[in-house]
Amino acid sequence: MESFTKVTGLAAPLDRVNADTDQIIPKQFLKRIERTGFGQFLFFDWRYEADGTTPNPEFELNQPQYSGAVVLITGKNFGCGSSREHAPWALADYGFKAILAPSYADIFYNNCFKNGILPVVLAEETIAMLLERGKTAGYTMTVDLENQTVTDSEGFSQPFEVDPFRRHCLLNGLDDIGLTLQHEPDITAYESKRPLWKRGAVAA
Amino acid sequence: MPKTMFEKIWEAHVVRETVGQPSLLYIDLHLVHEVTSPQAFEGLRLTGRKVRRPDLTVATMDHNVPTTSRSLPILDQISKKQMEALSDNCREFGVTLYDIHSKRQGIVHVIGPELGLTQPGLTIVCGDSHTSTHGAFGALAFGIGTSEVEHVLATQCLPQSLPKTMEIRVNGKLGEGVTAKDIILAIIGKIGTDGATGYVVEYTGEAIRALSMEGRMTICNMSIEAGARAGLIAPDEKTFAYIQGKTFAPQHAEWDEAVASWRQLPSDPGAKYDTLVELNAAEIAPYVSWGTSPGMVIPISGLIPSPDDYADAADRRAAERALEYMGLTAGVSIQTVALDTVFIGSCTNGRIEDLRAAAGILKGHHVRAGIRALVVPGSVPVKLQAEAEGLDTIFKDAGFDWREAGCSMCLGMNPDILQPGERCASTSNRNFEGRQGKGGRTHLVSPQMAAAASIAGHLVDIREWDKN
Ligand code: SF4
Repeated sequence: MESFTKVTGLAAPLDRVNADTDQIIPKQFLKRIERTGFGQFLFFDWRYEADGTTPNPEFELNQPQYSGAVVLITGKNFGCGSSREHAPWALADYGFKAILAPSYADIFYNNCFKNGILPVVLAEETIAMLLERGKTAGYTMTVDLENQTVTDSEGFSQPFEVDPFRRHCLLNGLDDIGLTLQHEPDITAYESKRPLWKRGAVAA
Repeated sequence: MPKTMFEKIWEAHVVRETVGQPSLLYIDLHLVHEVTSPQAFEGLRLTGRKVRRPDLTVATMDHNVPTTSRSLPILDQISKKQMEALSDNCREFGVTLYDIHSKRQGIVHVIGPELGLTQPGLTIVCGDSHTSTHGAFGALAFGIGTSEVEHVLATQCLPQSLPKTMEIRVNGKLGEGVTAKDIILAIIGKIGTDGATGYVVEYTGEAIRALSMEGRMTICNMSIEAGARAGLIAPDEKTFAYIQGKTFAPQHAEWDEAVASWRQLPSDPGAKYDTLVELNAAEIAPYVSWGTSPGMVIPISGLIPSPDDYADAADRRAAERALEYMGLTAGVSIQTVALDTVFIGSCTNGRIEDLRAAAGILKGHHVRAGIRALVVPGSVPVKLQAEAEGLDTIFKDAGFDWREAGCSMCLGMNPDILQPGERCASTSNRNFEGRQGKGGRTHLVSPQMAAAASIAGHLVDIREWDKN
């Protein structure tokens, strides 16, 4: 798993609520069997005109000042809808390392941590303020997981909460399958007590 | 201390607990499909890991599959490659697969219950958010990402942190023409698309008990649209009757043992939930979505809302965007808006009961000129059952396209999509921008409402339709 400790760089505002994973990465790009190369399709239907090649000048992230942004600031319930992990793959591949929002959908939130992206929860008023600040060209932020702080180039500084275990795994880029496999004796012991009728796809 | 059903299932699946870490839960059933699994199998190969319990893992193809005749070649080469990857992976790792030529193929959330794989008290996961469907049987079922798919394949376990619990109690009786779909749309309209984020929801109350298993599945299916981790309904005699005799249902002495254990599952009297939401079934009208999120719903008799109706600035902007995208004007009756397409199908409403309900409305009628109408059964068994009952003839006589099983226009990964600006009454679960095709406009409704809309050419109030 990718690790994350701290990122400093351009922040881009996406002032929308309930941005769902169908928007983050539309279904026509879910047919690939690789994990890589999804960044070019991020927010595809918002990002491009109907022809699929002309950038839509109205779309926030198409403004040249946000090119190379590493922090995404956005509205509540980000990543709702489909469980597709292609969404964090696309965000990471595009270059985003951290997301700031008032809330996230559960599955998406979880998927971020598996892919080295840090989703930070900040109060709605704070996000509203940062979305405003993000409109200024060259606005940069630092998201620091080690110290659990978000700061910006204009003196803003705020701590944030994150589950200690998730933090530990992300800081160290731990392979959580490997962690579970360390408990193999517990799994085997559990299996020996499962009732016979829980046969799954094997008929009695 | 009295316990909720959720607590009972959770506690029965804890393999290991470590202070300060998520609990390690055992997974009883892992359902797999072609879109979210290729990278997980690839991960196993790269690390030299195996599938721990192929017997508790079942795969099918649903999202990508064409729903035209199965004898035709698959034209989309990338889809074809993804389906082939699933076949190869299942062969290599010893996982049972129901491919497009199988009599058991279908949408993963339709075939689980149909095969008797979905049972009360189980933990069920799948790389698909609508895994919540299986909660209708009193199973703790939730969607996971591809990394977690790999985790479960390799270990049959998943680290999970304890969610909160919410009871959603639907009291009283539903009115004529009002369905499970309307209940869940009303719930999402009330609590919002993030109203249940972080919660496992248990649906209780007279109106829920009165629902068929299909209706209960429709409710639990859309739990995720309210942000819930999972939805649950206590198992009862209806549940047991549905499961008994199914392919993978327990048999003989094991059946008795299973039922005895299932009877222990319902929440104890006095069990505590973190939150309670109550609705009165009698007040629920047939619902329809007007916007681009499943929380943007109104009763069919209502008017399209105005952005000014929203207190929150961000919600106001979202409503403005939605009105623009949907090509709608605030203050207008939704029943005046003309449709181009009607889609009946999906894991929400693609079961036999849904097709019966739609056919009941369509019988002796014809789809309005200019409307494209398609019905896509949720699974091959649903299709065969419908054909045995003659429902296919009713649909075809009415002017519907009668299809093979799959997800189809629910998400438009196969060739069935809306063109920009096209408006569709759909029995599916998501009305996100572009969900059914870039620029497409989706109105979520029940199967009855979709059928009536196909005849009228616009949305209608099914309660008045009956009187015509
Ligand atoms: S029918 Fe639609 S919602 Fe259900 S699994 Fe298929 S694509 Fe997902």
